[in-house]
Amino acid sequence: MESTNFVWDLMGRNLGGVLIVISLPLFFVLLYALIAILAELKISAWIQERLGPMRTGPWGILQPVAEVIKLLQKEDITPDQSSKLLYNLAPFIIFTGAYAAFAVIPFSEAFVPADINLGLFYVFAIGSISAMGIVMGGWASNNKYSLMGAMRSVSQLISYEIPAAMAILSVVVLASSMNMQEISRAQGGGFWNWYIFGGPGTWTKIWVVPFTFGLTIIYFIASLAETNRVPFDIPEGESELVAGFHTEYSGMKFAMFFFAEYANMFVVAAVLTTIFLGGWNSPFGDFMQGPWWGSFWFILKSFVVVLFQIWIRWTLPRFRVDQLMYVGWKVLLPLSFVCFMAISLFVMLK
Amino acid sequence: MDLITIAFYFFAALVLGFGGVVVLSKNIMHTAFALLFTFFGVAGLYVLLYADFLAITQIMIYIGGILVLIIFGVMLTTRITGVDVKSGKIGKFQLGGAIVFTSLMAITLVVVFSQTNWYQAEAPAPDSTAELIGVSLLTNYLLAFEVASVLLLVAIVGAAFIARKKHS
Repeated sequence: MESTNFVWDLMGRNLGGVLIVISLPLFFVLLYALIAILAELKISAWIQERLGPMRTGPWGILQPVAEVIKLLQKEDITPDQSSKLLYNLAPFIIFTGAYAAFAVIPFSEAFVPADINLGLFYVFAIGSISAMGIVMGGWASNNKYSLMGAMRSVSQLISYEIPAAMAILSVVVLASSMNMQEISRAQGGGFWNWYIFGGPGTWTKIWVVPFTFGLTIIYFIASLAETNRVPFDIPEGESELVAGFHTEYSGMKFAMFFFAEYANMFVVAAVLTTIFLGGWNSPFGDFMQGPWWGSFWFILKSFVVVLFQIWIRWTLPRFRVDQLMYVGWKVLLPLSFVCFMAISLFVMLK
Repeated sequence: MDLITIAFYFFAALVLGFGGVVVLSKNIMHTAFALLFTFFGVAGLYVLLYADFLAITQIMIYIGGILVLIIFGVMLTTRITGVDVKSGKIGKFQLGGAIVFTSLMAITLVVVFSQTNWYQAEAPAPDSTAELIGVSLLTNYLLAFEVASVLLLVAIVGAAFIARKKHS
C-alpha cells in the first residue's frame, strides 16, 4: 500500500516530521478562517442587499485581517468573581477539541495527518472535548447568561449527536470501514459512486439512494446544531442570552472561541465531504484525479458545504428551545433510524 | 528516550496529577473538570497499549457522556457557585478508613507488580481492534451484550417515566 502521508516519505518519522504534520493543518485553518470570515461578511451583505465591507483593501478583501488586528488589540477582561483558571483555560480547551479532529481529516490521497482505522469514530468522539470547554467557559464566567448558554449548547450537542451518529454509522455499514481514507477510496470513479448516491455498486443500489440522500441532509442539519450555527444558535441567542457562553470573553480569548467555531464548521464540512461527497475524488472519474487535484477537490467540496452553512445562517430564523428538541428527538432521530435500518437491510441482502 | 516513552510519561503524569486534583480539590466543579484531563490521559495510555478502539470509546463515553452527566448533575443539584465538600464528624472516620485502605491497596499493588513475572506477547499488535471486539461481542459474549442493552433500555424507560408530566 502506498503511503498516505507525503511528509513521512520526505522527512521520515522523526520529531521534525511530526511537528510538520501537526502544524500543516494549523496553517490551513488560519488561512481558511480568514477566507470564511470574509465569506460570511460578504454573503450576509449580498443576502441583505448590501455591499458588505468595501474599504479595507480592494473590494474589502483585507477586512478579516483588520478584524483579527482589532481583536488582538482589545482589552482582555477577566470578570472579578470568575473562576480565573478555568475561565482562562476554556478557550484553549475548545480550540483543542476542534483542532484535534483535523488529525484524521483526509485532505488528499497523499496527506492525512494520522491514517487510523477508527477515523470516523475518532472525529465523533473528540468533539466532546469542545463541549466540555463550552461548559467550562460558561460556568467559570460566573454569569447566568453564560451558564444558560453553556447548558443549552451541551444539551443540544448531545441531542443532535445521535442522528449524526446514525448517518455516520450507515456509511460505515455501506463501506464496512471506519477509516476515512478507505471510505474516500471506495467512492472513486465518478460522482455517481459517492455515498450520497448510494455508493459504488450495480443498478440495485437505486433502492438505497433515497435513504443515503436523506441521511446526507440529516447529517447536515445535525452538524449545524453541533457547531451552534443558525437555525440552532440558541446557545448564543442575542435576544435571550446576550451572547451565550462567551458573553464575558473579550479580545484574544473571544477570538479563540470564534476561531474554534470556524474550525468546527470546517471539520463537520470535511466529514460530510468524506462520507457522502466522495472525499478527495474527482467528480468525473479519472479526469483531474491525483494527489494534488485530490486536495483541490476536497477543499473545494468542503468550502461548498461551508458556503451552505453560511447561506442558511443568513436565511433562516432561530428555533425556540422546545422546537429544537422536537426536531432533534422526534423528527431527525426516527428518520435516521429508518434510513439506517433500510441501508443495513440492503447491505445484508446484497 | 523516544517519542513513545515521552508520550507515556506525559500521559501518566496527566492521569496522576489531575487524579490528585480530583481527590484533593475542595471545589466540586474543579474536581469535575480535572476528571476531563484524567480521562483524556487514560485514553492516551490506551493508545500506547495499541487499544485504539478502547481509547476512543473512553473519550466518547467518559468525556462525552459520563463527565457531562456529572457536571450537569452538579450544576442542577447544588448552587452553581459550587458547594464546599466538607464532611462533619463522620468525615474523620472516613478519612482514617480511607488512608488505611488505600495504603493496604498500594502495598498490595507494589508487591504484585514487583513479584509478577512479566512477559511480552509474542504476537504482533493487531492492526485494528474494532473488528475483533465487534466479532467477539456478537459471538462469544452475545448474552452479556444483550443483557447490557436491555439494562440500558430499562434505564431509558425509567428516566422517561420519571421525567414525564404528571397528570393530577
